[in-house]
Amino acid sequence: MYLSITLTGEHAPGLNHLLHKHPDRVHRRERNGSTVTVFTPVFEPERVTVGLLVEVDPIDLVRGRGVARDSFTLGQYVNDRPYAANSLLAVALRQVFSTAIAGNSTARADIVAVPLPLRVEIPALPGGELIRELFEPLGWRVTEVIEPLDPEIPAWGDAPARRVVLEQETVLSRALSQLYVLLPVLDGAKHYWVDQSEAQTLLRHGGDWLAGHPLRELILRRALIHQGEYVAEANAGLDAGAAPAEPETSTPTPRVSLARERRDGILERLRELPVSTVVDMGCGQGALLSVLLRDARFTRVIGADVSPSVLAQAERALGLDRMPESQRARLELVQSSLTYRDDRLAGADAMVLMEVIEHLDPERLPRLEHAVFTHARPAHVLVSTPNAEYNVHYPGLSAGGFRHPDHRFEWTRREFAAWADRVAATHGYHVSYSGLGPEDAETGAPTQLATFIRGAA
Amino acid sequence: MSEQIGPVEIRIPEVSLVLLIGASGSGKSTFGREKFGPFEVVSSDFCRGLISGDENDQSVSGDAFDLLEYIVGKRLAAGRLTVVDATNVQPGSRASLIKLARAHDVLPVAIVLDMPEAVCRERNRNRPDRQNSDAVITRQRDALRRSRKSLGREGLRGVHVLSSPEEADAAVIVRERLRTDLRDQHGPFDAIGDVHGCLSELETMLTTLGYDIARDAEGRPVDAVHPEGRRVILLGDLVDRGPDSVGVLRLAMGMHAAGHALVVPGNHEQALISALGGKKVNLAHGLGDTLAQLAAEPTEFTEAVRAWLYSLVSHLVLDDGNLVVAHAGLKEAYHGRSSGRVRSFALYGDTTGEVDDYGLPIRLPWQRDYRGSAVVLYGHTPLSETRWVNNTLCLDTGCSFGNKLSALRYPERELVQVPAERQYAEPRRPLGDPEDVPVPAGQGVAAAVVPRATPATTPTAAPALPEPAVPVAAGDRAADELRLEDVLGRRSIETALHGRVAIRPENAAGALEVMSRFALSPNLLPTLPATMAPVETSREPGYLEYPTEAFAGYLAAGVTDLIAEEKHMGSRAHVLVCRDAAAAATLLGTPAGVTGAIFTRTGRTFFDAETTETLLDRIRSAAETAGLWERLDTDWLLLDGELLPWSLKAEDLLRGTYAATAAAARASLGAAGADLALALARGVEAAGEAERTTSRLGHIEDFSRAYRRYVWPVDGLDGVEFAPFQLLASRDAVHHERDHGWHLEIADALVAADPVTFRTTRRLRVDAADPASVSAATDWWLELTAAGGEGMVVKPYAGTTFEKNGLVQPGLKVRGREYLRLIYGPDYTDPGQLSRLRDRHLGLKRSLALREHALGIEALTRFVQREPLWRVHEAVFGILALESEPVDPRL
Repeated sequence: MYLSITLTGEHAPGLNHLLHKHPDRVHRRERNGSTVTVFTPVFEPERVTVGLLVEVDPIDLVRGRGVARDSFTLGQYVNDRPYAANSLLAVALRQVFSTAIAGNSTARADIVAVPLPLRVEIPALPGGELIRELFEPLGWRVTEVIEPLDPEIPAWGDAPARRVVLEQETVLSRALSQLYVLLPVLDGAKHYWVDQSEAQTLLRHGGDWLAGHPLRELILRRALIHQGEYVAEANAGLDAGAAPAEPETSTPTPRVSLARERRDGILERLRELPVSTVVDMGCGQGALLSVLLRDARFTRVIGADVSPSVLAQAERALGLDRMPESQRARLELVQSSLTYRDDRLAGADAMVLMEVIEHLDPERLPRLEHAVFTHARPAHVLVSTPNAEYNVHYPGLSAGGFRHPDHRFEWTRREFAAWADRVAATHGYHVSYSGLGPEDAETGAPTQLATFIRGAA
Repeated sequence: MSEQIGPVEIRIPEVSLVLLIGASGSGKSTFGREKFGPFEVVSSDFCRGLISGDENDQSVSGDAFDLLEYIVGKRLAAGRLTVVDATNVQPGSRASLIKLARAHDVLPVAIVLDMPEAVCRERNRNRPDRQNSDAVITRQRDALRRSRKSLGREGLRGVHVLSSPEEADAAVIVRERLRTDLRDQHGPFDAIGDVHGCLSELETMLTTLGYDIARDAEGRPVDAVHPEGRRVILLGDLVDRGPDSVGVLRLAMGMHAAGHALVVPGNHEQALISALGGKKVNLAHGLGDTLAQLAAEPTEFTEAVRAWLYSLVSHLVLDDGNLVVAHAGLKEAYHGRSSGRVRSFALYGDTTGEVDDYGLPIRLPWQRDYRGSAVVLYGHTPLSETRWVNNTLCLDTGCSFGNKLSALRYPERELVQVPAERQYAEPRRPLGDPEDVPVPAGQGVAAAVVPRATPATTPTAAPALPEPAVPVAAGDRAADELRLEDVLGRRSIETALHGRVAIRPENAAGALEVMSRFALSPNLLPTLPATMAPVETSREPGYLEYPTEAFAGYLAAGVTDLIAEEKHMGSRAHVLVCRDAAAAATLLGTPAGVTGAIFTRTGRTFFDAETTETLLDRIRSAAETAGLWERLDTDWLLLDGELLPWSLKAEDLLRGTYAATAAAARASLGAAGADLALALARGVEAAGEAERTTSRLGHIEDFSRAYRRYVWPVDGLDGVEFAPFQLLASRDAVHHERDHGWHLEIADALVAADPVTFRTTRRLRVDAADPASVSAATDWWLELTAAGGEGMVVKPYAGTTFEKNGLVQPGLKVRGREYLRLIYGPDYTDPGQLSRLRDRHLGLKRSLALREHALGIEALTRFVQREPLWRVHEAVFGILALESEPVDPRL
């Protein structure tokens, strides 16, 4: 990883004083297997450049991390971590330039708080469009050079990391603080464990410029790796400190998320039916389970999922270990799969397959059909799946694209009905259709729901 | 006093629950210890001790008996003789144990130690740890005396009373085999389905099977002898419906008496017994005719029939437990057990008590849940055609209804069939379709064979008809038989190559998701590619892997004849290709349009269905051109190889990781290098950094060159190549014991047939004991890798090889120096990094490679032997589960 800072104009030679690094010496610092080197490639009266080179040891990088089981992939060993700007560079910056970040300088107290014409060059910076969105509101002129991913394979297009030059007349300590906070935000990850103190660190370094940043929420979430309570703490700190954030001009209408509408719609449907035992097939983290458990009419609730890690998450999300015994007794979490016969799932009043079928290859649908309608054969089956027609309302989706990378197909209402009608006829069910989510006259609702009732005329 | 008592024999069934009954101090524990094995006796005192720490703590008796019954239940479920050492003097305490025995279909037996009261008191007093008062003993003896007479009524089968210490001493326990237990009889057998009075067809069948029929003075068949000593098993329902029930009985009784046939009774024989015993019976279903035929025979014959039928045992366990025969089949828990319900299951099947629209009892498809390793042969339900279901085969093909008589040669598993000469009776419902029972892959219609030799003595014998394969219905019902319990939980899979392979529950749980969500349907996966271990780490300067260690490693294991094969720069793939759709339908139960599969190490398909079929077409026609179908006498092939280019499968990895890394490195190192050069020019002492940065930039170029070799443009299938290096299996054979010369010759034939689709595998035979040969092979590797090759795989030339410690690694990969940059990082060749990387641990990887290889071969062996899908899938799933072991992915 590399980054250089250039100061032009009359105060140029003062850069070394501000950074506390002698222009003719190479400053080396070794820590946790990485070597941080500061040197001065250009030292001219009107122009001085200081370079910061971080060389990380890829072996230590891996060994240092508590190696989680899931991360046993090759990408862990060969990746862009040693080269593209990320939190390793940010931490190095803070450590070697700590005095400058603090805005202390005895030698050049005259310019320490004065805006200076600075130029920061980062040869490989991830983040894409976000780079401009983060730096421009802070007054930086952003110049980007996009390199090919591989000069010999033009078909592969652009490299994800860009060569970026930032220019602005600003106070050095402020510029360094911004780099320290924003480099990991652009990368979207941190190489160290983020805890409560991170919010305080963020407040210290972003105190005067972060509060008013239009992307403040995004910066906080990414910098605090999406830990809601830390984000709230940082927000409170920012609002209490500097000028209050500009009030938003238009308050967007609070929209309930589609996931929630879907869940509530299915719950409502279940309540309309004579159902007391429910199997939630593909229960995920238990969104539906949690609302089912809150309604005592559902005397037995089975959450089934094929993934053991998802079930463990559901267990935590539902708070199984502190659930009242009577509620706990109604719930069962089981690992199951539609590829295998599972007698535990047989005989329920209802089985729900909420956004499940589109995660199966179409060739495996006969299996699902057999497992659900022949073997388990509940009195009611609720199947929800995306309505492909509605996708035109998602501007981010390319035509024919799917809403989720793991979706194997997304059906139009007609396609869904063709499948469900046949299934119902084959297995002696009656099926009816409805939509979940905001209904559009032309395309229908984003989610389609089929309700199968066994043996109904 | 010292009156000599001869040995008192106590005969008990080999598998039974023995209740020791006697008052405290009657010597039960001593008796149990002396007469039975150490773990066979479960004592209530011991259970009390386990729970409370004190064998005498009566306050925990309830829990102690719960525990005792739990242990006893586990033992009985496993079919082990169990002795309960508790007072057992109260009918109540006996009742629950008798119930337990019944629940496991095991006979309960009592041994009563009815010792004189003085003896009990004396012994009791001499035991320091016992508190029982004399009153207690008196009470217990009274209880025992009161119930002595009722023991038989309580359901105990055999009550043995020992009345003195001397008698107890002298007692000898004799374990009797159950009458169902013929494990020591190994056949070979010819099992014949329901004959139903079709004497003529039975005679034709016997002759077709190679038996010589012996006749009495009146020319009636009374015996049949096979020159090779084979024996017939008659699966019951010999009588009724057909024209000559008496003739069939005469022949069957004759063969049985002469030891040439084993016979199990059917429900029709059961009805006949009742009728002959004078009970009022329903004369429908042909029983009336049989009785009329018998009436024409001398009374002695009828009496002999009755006695003979009465003597028949409901089912037989044969050939070390590998074969079970019963008229209506038998679920695994009942094999070798004895109880009313076992007998009833064997005679009538698993009935619900309801009747169907034709007035016939509804039978549950027990065979669908059958998971036993024993082959079960049965009849009872007439089917239009036979079909293996989970290691079970119904041989009733409705001969009396005008269809045919079926027999199975065991252990050959060859089906022999004789058509009915005419229809003798009208079925009350249409003959069952074997399709009624969903069938797993690896099975299918039992292949009917024309008998090898039709004996010249029987020119009239109708040859068995070769039956056309019944097409399998569309859909993937072939997978129906898999249950969650077949794969989840703690499992242990017996492999022929490597003993038991244990699967940990958490690994199985992890594999379930991969198998369910990403892999092909299980019936398309007869095995999965096993992982391969790398060579021992090299000390060669600049290298992490080098050929020397591979040759030395095999030499140390005593294997010198080796072959080095070029390691292709693609993705490991298995290709399963059937000759045509019909072959695929029979082998895999696939719907029309699916003739095989091309899959990855995790069972994922490489291509969509259409592309897969296009590539399979090419492979199929190459196999045709190469004459492989005829040469191997097969209609399917399973090839192991590499699919190229790697970018086909791994473009995301190549672009998103490798290329992105190189691009960031080029930019970052380039900028740093330029600034370092400026600093150097200014006289700043940054030579070390400058040099290092230049060198790292060079590594990035090497790294980029390395991954670019794996990328070439592919348009549909244009540009896709398959490099086969092993023919894993074809019909009836797993080829792991063939040498690699044979395998590569087949690969070469495919390449010759279609050099565009197939890519050759360069190879070199190596003698590990010959330094010149080893040096030549090392040079070969250096050449291959210098030209950008990925490296090589060194294998024992002979294929699967064993040394004194067991299975030898089936292959060791020796990867090229440049290729390893993609694995260990661009700068791994720096001496500092290399010396640390050498500290890598290969043990787990090597052990996994062996276990996965053994599971892979096991799965294939089960597949070619047409074992049930769950048996194949169990091993396949095991490979995937082992892949969840946390092992360094760089190995």
